[in-house]
Parts: sequence; structure tokens; C-alpha cells
Amino acid sequence: MQATTIHKRSTGEILFDISIIILCVLIFLIVAYPLYFVIIASVSDQTLVSTGKVTLFPRGVSFFGYEQIFQDMRIWIGYKNTVIYTVLGTLFNLLLTIPAAYTLSRQEFRARRFLMFFFVFTLFFNGGLIPTYILMKDLSLTNSMWVFIIPFAVNVFNLIIARTFFEASLPKEIYESASLDGCTHFKFFFYIAIPLSKSVISVIALYYLVAHWNDFFTGLIYIHSNDLQPLQIILRDILLSNQVFSQGGGSGGSAGGYAQQFADQVKYGVIIVSTLPILIVYPFIQKYFEKGVMIGSIKG
Amino acid sequence: MSSITPKKYRRNLMELKRDYQLWVMIIPAIVVVIIFNYIPMYGIQLAFRDYDFSRGLAGGAWRGLHYFSQFINNYQFWDLMRNTVIISITTIVLGFPAPIILALILNQVKWFRTKKLLQTIVYMPHFISIVVMVGLLNVLLSPNTGILGQLISKLGDTDINLLASTNSFVPVFVISDIWQHAGWNSIIYLAALSTVSPSLYDAAKIDGANKWKMILHIDIPALVPTIIILFILSMGNVLGTGFEKVFLMQNSLNLPVSEVISTYVYKIGILSNQFSYSSAIGLFNTVINFFFLVTMNWISKRNSEISLW
Repeated sequence: MQATTIHKRSTGEILFDISIIILCVLIFLIVAYPLYFVIIASVSDQTLVSTGKVTLFPRGVSFFGYEQIFQDMRIWIGYKNTVIYTVLGTLFNLLLTIPAAYTLSRQEFRARRFLMFFFVFTLFFNGGLIPTYILMKDLSLTNSMWVFIIPFAVNVFNLIIARTFFEASLPKEIYESASLDGCTHFKFFFYIAIPLSKSVISVIALYYLVAHWNDFFTGLIYIHSNDLQPLQIILRDILLSNQVFSQGGGSGGSAGGYAQQFADQVKYGVIIVSTLPILIVYPFIQKYFEKGVMIGSIKG
Repeated sequence: MSSITPKKYRRNLMELKRDYQLWVMIIPAIVVVIIFNYIPMYGIQLAFRDYDFSRGLAGGAWRGLHYFSQFINNYQFWDLMRNTVIISITTIVLGFPAPIILALILNQVKWFRTKKLLQTIVYMPHFISIVVMVGLLNVLLSPNTGILGQLISKLGDTDINLLASTNSFVPVFVISDIWQHAGWNSIIYLAALSTVSPSLYDAAKIDGANKWKMILHIDIPALVPTIIILFILSMGNVLGTGFEKVFLMQNSLNLPVSEVISTYVYKIGILSNQFSYSSAIGLFNTVINFFFLVTMNWISKRNSEISLW
């Protein structure tokens, strides 16, 4: 694999390289194939899918599943709710996390060690489900959209990642020289810290965004009204409780029947429709991930 | 507070004046964490009291350890403990090394583009939601219509339904977990491997080491600090096995092996409103987690001087 091979490579080395290649191909297939299969299965004739005849390319192409999905009001309501919760929630997350991380990164700030402990402690110890639930009830957050947005606006892992980044990219000296020229923390934060930290802010925004998009727990525990349910709860009804068709026909899920055949196509389609937004954002921002995780890990 | 002399007081005041903008930036975060993380900790008292609607989190009559003994004497106690421990330990034993091995393999790929492509693919499942993940398992493993379900029953020559059997719940849970997260979790190890100086490999080559030996004597030692930290963190979660995935994978047939403490707390607390009893169970769980974390940290500190605090 080296560009210049001066010595002849030994058999052992060649065998090693070959086994690495085989392993990589295997890993690729194991991870990629199920994802690919869902795509081709969602547009294939389900009789062929269920008899194992669809393996590499879609066969008997039909968009019945997608037609059903686009006619289904539940999905649109869930989509709309989740988009609202995700956008507002992520904005609120950033509004709280990024300034707090900046503060924790300033070494002259004396309360920083204590406040760091104050935040990190919540990672290891918590009140548990029931006290939290009762609190939400007492605050009238249950069955309201705010329960998706306000509680847990600060994720401590993300806070640490942002803080570590600020520490590394904005050393004390920069602020000191800026403050000699009369720069306040507010100005420094808005005009220097934020523009210099776009990469880490976008990574953290993505972490929050994905977490909101995939949030199932909040809907399950705190929401009763159908109109407020996020997409993930609707997905559970369709994918797991087998309430595939909103207009009856096929719900109840007697396996093997005529309706069940179409039900599976709807399910494959729903998996794609619900995951698509994330998969679209993902490639654009993927190059930042590694950086983001690395930054967070170097100094705990 | 008599210990604060006027001089000290003045200094604090000056510092506050100097740093007030920093306080403005961090106070919203502090307020949210106090309300939503610390007030529930205060509400832990509920585990020792009867819940009283009119008097809130800490107002009911004191019952001491009553609810804890109720849980320990419950006929389901040992089943819950066993299920929780089996699922967590298997997830750690099999799931923890997987990203390390994956990172060691990926690190051997020297073609930049191939490596990037592989990484893109293996990270991707991490972004799938738990509901979709379990939905995926359901459609792929279904014995009638799922492509994997059919394949497995052909290979094994049995008509086993992987989704509804008590024997397959844990393997399906753990393997799918590895499939979903090993790639993502390997990032941190890849980052650690990227800091290894190339001169170490050159030196090893001159000493006649082959690639295996380099992995064994250079790569793995380079990962050890990261491994230890992540291992301690995962031990802290030993009984915290993800409520959501277990809950979604549960069905009446696999319930004997899939009911864990967190799903039980949900059912007893949220669904049947036994707030005090389920708080006690939740606290029981938290305390054991905390104990594991502290113990692992202590062992690690003694033996390797690496620790979380």
C-alpha cells in the first residue's frame, strides 16, 4: 500500500493487506446493504421483496407506498411538529450553550471550576424519571410544545466540546490585548469568538438538531394530544404498532394478508421519508464531525 | 458571614463588576440546569415519602425505606435485575471493543478516498432514530417477509422468529447496537490513532516488526488512555440500559427477558401512577450506576493514574 516499495514485500505483509481489504469490503457490505435494501424495497413489488427476489435492483417498481405516505395526514402533522420543535429547540440550545461555553472557557473567570463541576455532575447523577415527570407536570409543560424546547436546553457533552474549542482557539492573550483596546466580553464574543468558531458551532447545532429530530422519549412521556405528537411517535405507530393506513384497511396487521403486503411497502417508505432530512444534511457537515469529536476528547 | 473582610468584599465586588457580562452569558444555562436537573434531584425524596398531590415533590408523609423493601421483595425483582444486568453487560463486553477493532482496521486503510467513503458509510447508521432502527429490525427480521429473517431460517433450518423469541432478544439487541454505533464510536479512537508519530512506525520497521506487531505494540498502547476513560464512562451506565430501544423492542413474547428496570419504572410510574414506588426503583438504579462509576474510576486511578476526576 506504500507509494514507493523499495523492499520486496513479504508474503506475511501481502496476506495482511489482503485481509484488511477483505475486512473492509465486509464492513462496507454489512453496514451499507441494509440501508440500500430499504431504498430498493420501498419501490419494489412487495411479493417479490417478501420472496427474496429483490436483492440488487428494485423489481416491479411501484410507488404505492409513497402515495399512501403522502396522503397520510398523521405523517404531515408529525413532520410539521418535529420541524417546529427541531428548529426552535436547536436555536434555544445554541442560545444557552454557546455563551455558557464561552464563559467557562475564560480562565480569569473564578467561578469556572465550580460551575464546570455543577454541569458535569448532572451527567452522573440525576433525579430519575418520576421526579422529573412530576416537575414537568407542576410547571404545566406536559402536553405542550414547550416540553420539547425548554427543558434540557444544555447538553453537557456539547457544552464541554464548545468550551474546549474556545479554550484552544481563543487563548487568554487575545482577549487581554483586545480588552486593552476597550473590548468588552460581549463585543469579543460576538465579533471575534463566534466568527472564529463557525465549525464547532455548526457541529453542535447538528448534534442538537439530530437529537431533536430523533426524539421519541419526550413525545411518549409528556404528550397525550395527537396534534402535538412528533414524527417519531407517528413512526412508532406505523412501523411497530402496525397502524399503517390512516383510513383503516390494513391496520391491526394480520400478518401475511393482502393488506400486509402493502403495509410493508409503506413501512420501507416511511423509514426513508423520515430519515431523509438528516441524510441530506449529513454529507455537507460530515467533515466537521471528526474535528468536533476530537476537540471534545483531547481535554476532558 | 463574618469571614468576609471588607477588603475581600470589595475585591469580590470588583470582580463581579469586571465579569458581569460573563455572568449574563452563563446564567440562563445555570437557571435551566437548576430547574430541570437539580430540582428533580431534590425530588428524589419522593422515594422515601408518600406522594401527595397537594403538597408537591417533598410534602408527603415520610415512609423511610418502605418502597425500597417493597421493590426488593417484589417477585419480579430478580428477573428485572437479571435482565438489566445481562443486557448491559453483554452490550459492554461485545459493544465496547467493536469500535476499537473497527478503528484499528480503518487506520490500516491508506487510500484516502476509500477510507473517507468507508467512514461516511459506517457513521451513517448512528443518525437513524431508535424508532426507525427498531422498525428496520422488524421489517428485515420478520420471519415471513423480511429478507434477513428468511435467510436466517434457511441457514439454521428452523422457523425461529427472532423478534419474538426469548433466546434471540439479547443477541438482536446487542448486534444491532453494534451495527448502529460502532462506526460513530470509532471516531474518537481514530482521532487518537492519528496522533501517533509516524517515526514510531519507521523505527519499528527498522527493528523488523511486521504490521501485526506494530498494531500490538504501537497502535493499541496509543489507545489505552482513551479506552480507559471511555470504559469508565460506560461502566457508569451499566444499569442505565437505554430505555427507548428496549421498550420499543418489547413484545408480549419476549417480555420475560426484555423487562428491565427502566421500562418497569415507566410502567409503574407513568402508566399506573405509583409515583413513590417507581421513584424508589429509579433511585435504586441510579445509586448502583453511581457506585459502578466511582468504583471503576477508583480502580483505574490506582492502577493507571487515569481518572475522570
